[in-house]
Amino acid sequence: MHSPVYLDHNATTPADPLVVEAMLPYLTARFGNPSSRHEYGRTARQAIDEARRQVAAALGAHPTEVVFTSGGSEANNLLIKGAAACLRPGLIAISAIEHPCVLRPAEQLARRGWTVEQIAVDALGRVEVGAFQEIIARKPKIVSVMMANNETGVVQDVEWLAGAARRSGAWFHTDAVQAVGKIAVDFRRLNAAGVHAMTLSAHKIGGPKGAAALILDKRVDLEPLIAGGGHERGLRSGTENVAAIVGFGVACELAVQRRVEASRKLLELRSRIETGLRSLGAVLFGQGAERLPNTVFFAFPEIDGETLVGQLDRAGYAVASGAACSSANPEPSHVLRAMGVPAELARGAVRASLGPESRPGDVDGLLAAVWRTVARLKGLAAVAV
Amino acid sequence: MLKLPIYLDYSATTPVDPRVAEKMIPFLVEKFGNPASRSHSFGWEAEAACEEAREEVARLVNADAKEIVWTSGATESNNLALKGAAQFYASKGKHVVTVKTEHKAVLDTCRELERQGFAVTYLDVLPNGLLDIDSFRAALRPETILVSVMMVNNEIGVIQPIAELGEICREKGIIFHVDAAQATGKVAIDLATLKVDLMSFSAHKTYGPKGIGALYVRRKPRVRLNAQMHGGGHERGFRSGTLATHQIVGMGEAFRLARMEMGSDNERIRMLRDRLLKGLSDIEHLYVNGDLEHRVPHNLNVSFAYIEGESLLMAVKDLAVSSGSACTSASLEPSYVLRALGRDDELAHSSIRFTLGRFTTEEEIDFAIRLLHEKIGRLRELSPLWEMVQEGIDLNTVQWAAH
Amino acid sequence: MTYSVKVLDHYEHPRNVGSFAKDEEGVATGMVGAPACGDVMKLQIKVGKGGIIEDAKFKTYGCGSAIASSSLVTEWVKGKTVDQALEIRNTQIAEELALPPVKIHCSILAEDAIKAAVADYRKKHGDPG
Repeated sequence: MHSPVYLDHNATTPADPLVVEAMLPYLTARFGNPSSRHEYGRTARQAIDEARRQVAAALGAHPTEVVFTSGGSEANNLLIKGAAACLRPGLIAISAIEHPCVLRPAEQLARRGWTVEQIAVDALGRVEVGAFQEIIARKPKIVSVMMANNETGVVQDVEWLAGAARRSGAWFHTDAVQAVGKIAVDFRRLNAAGVHAMTLSAHKIGGPKGAAALILDKRVDLEPLIAGGGHERGLRSGTENVAAIVGFGVACELAVQRRVEASRKLLELRSRIETGLRSLGAVLFGQGAERLPNTVFFAFPEIDGETLVGQLDRAGYAVASGAACSSANPEPSHVLRAMGVPAELARGAVRASLGPESRPGDVDGLLAAVWRTVARLKGLAAVAV
Repeated sequence: MLKLPIYLDYSATTPVDPRVAEKMIPFLVEKFGNPASRSHSFGWEAEAACEEAREEVARLVNADAKEIVWTSGATESNNLALKGAAQFYASKGKHVVTVKTEHKAVLDTCRELERQGFAVTYLDVLPNGLLDIDSFRAALRPETILVSVMMVNNEIGVIQPIAELGEICREKGIIFHVDAAQATGKVAIDLATLKVDLMSFSAHKTYGPKGIGALYVRRKPRVRLNAQMHGGGHERGFRSGTLATHQIVGMGEAFRLARMEMGSDNERIRMLRDRLLKGLSDIEHLYVNGDLEHRVPHNLNVSFAYIEGESLLMAVKDLAVSSGSACTSASLEPSYVLRALGRDDELAHSSIRFTLGRFTTEEEIDFAIRLLHEKIGRLRELSPLWEMVQEGIDLNTVQWAAH
Repeated sequence: MTYSVKVLDHYEHPRNVGSFAKDEEGVATGMVGAPACGDVMKLQIKVGKGGIIEDAKFKTYGCGSAIASSSLVTEWVKGKTVDQALEIRNTQIAEELALPPVKIHCSILAEDAIKAAVADYRKKHGDPG
């Protein structure tokens, strides 16, 4: 049996062969601890410096603005809790569709005297301008709005939002883990517009799991989340994950180099899926909003998403029923609920997210499998009714 | 032909064992799924691999796999254990006890706890680096909720009496955390008998990859923690964030190998360490730092009197060794661990930590012995202090010009 | 810590290492620094007729930069009068060896060693200077 077709790139991606090739020497021959003063240590330190330069160059940041962490979740926790710890409690505003690793840390702040407000989104999943401005008028101290949503792929106008938030004096953070490599991301430009911090992650862009970064405007004071040794300018202690960081650097470079060409290709494939799904009667979420070129989030009325996804897996197509986080709960997606999607329809949600190795044949195969499955499930439903 | 510099810094980090690397690679490439993906075989395969690795980590320390929480490394494990337990049990009391020779990951975290309103006692050690049980007992108060003592010291390799300390803590109902980052694969750890509640592990000190560690959290009696990283609720809510499958697989394999090979590795490494010590023992005014008996077999930490530390490191640049903890900054500060043993600044400065490992050879040890003889001789020829000592002058009686 | 080529050269091949017999005619000794500070320099000069420094020797307990600074100074003072030797400034030493800012104190100590040796010479020989 041939390997299933992977269409869940928003959950994680395979590491690019060039990334793996760059990483391997740092597991074995060049294994030093970057804090060591001898040659092994210096070799490892240089590799981290180079990766920091690569990440910074790819994202339009300065190398000293790059803080390496173990993952996107840690970077988001570091920013939300770390910035809050340096401020007197006040208002923190986050969009209603943030990833749990922004939502939960924000909720934690409520225990320390902070007021947590969620910013409403419209039916297409875009931050509602009126609601946003209303919250900004209340002078929040921290604002976090993700650049692109992991479920719907809907892209926010972060530059505009950050500009509008400016007068509040808030630190503005954006979780860009899903955006990098798929749309243009330039921290210098965002920073000029008022973005102070940005999260990215290696394993969403053809890099390894275990490396990520917070790009941080140095005016933002942060209390570290992990103490002990003072690595990463004191913001993140612990021996650096050298191999993964090296892989992250290469992955950033490749993702940005390949972005325009890759996006064009992804967009073609996405339209192909969407045309097909529409003709089968699917509802497509976020249609009409600017979206990532690789993400399709859809549902068939009266068909359970989990069931459809399970059937597709058996047919050899790996897609997701919602966000890939560890919750095994069958609750409908909080993103769709925030968009006002009825719970029954939200329960049908399925996400296909394409990657650089996706081919037109994969898309056609997926559509055929969806068609067969839906026809059968509808038949069953009809029988049941 | 020897490859220079010779790596004798296995306590700073170890190379990934080739057998471990081989197991890791498929999980970067074809088995790359997110273990949290519940809807397809890529996810299940990755999850199964993480669970198998969890079993291996548990097996090395005779624990239950359900008691193992993945983290990004021992530093994070120490942070999670100390802050997590202190915050959870704060209503019972706000006193924490640790030791002056702990790793920075514990000491800096304790400083943070102090800022959060906890009182922390930093215990002295005996001149051999070991804790005195009576002073330990005396430091415990009714409001003590948490104790943190490392199993093996990273600089001098001494092994603390964890079993005895555990009995005392359990008797008093105090949560006992042990940083075992330097212990795995070197000391047998049996959590079924040790009264330890929380234990930190690192992969990259035991021939696994960097960027992965674990925290043991006892289930019987159950220990509770406040999570420090929130999000998708991974690791039963103890620690959110996507699991780095290839690293976890690497740690599992590294710990499996440690379990299989600890006996033979230790025997061989002890022989090499003893050869090194014997080879250096004819150098005058050489001091071994830390107890030699209660010590892991791969560590030798010595001070060479009347030689300045930085020039010593320059002289031995063909040896990749450490003059203190690898985690300190670029400035040459005397090691706080050696200071805690009562060593004066000069002897602390002129110390070298040799840590041997799985890939150290006899030839490398012999090279190191020859090199040290030559370099120590040369530097002492340059040293006015050595000259004065040879002339019979007691340096303590000399009036040094203020500088 | 990266060292300049000149520091490494003096460290690997220190010039004029050693000691003169204390009772030797015209020998004066300057000892500066303290073990607790991580540097002790001993500079000896041998002054001949007309107050010319004929020879110099040193021993140094200290980092590579301290060894290099004192080694360099033994070369520089030779052939100078004691008054000329006193004109050597730490900034010249630091410049010659390309010392980084954290190592400037090594050059200061070397200048102090010259001053101490000359003071010892004047004390022994009654030269008010």
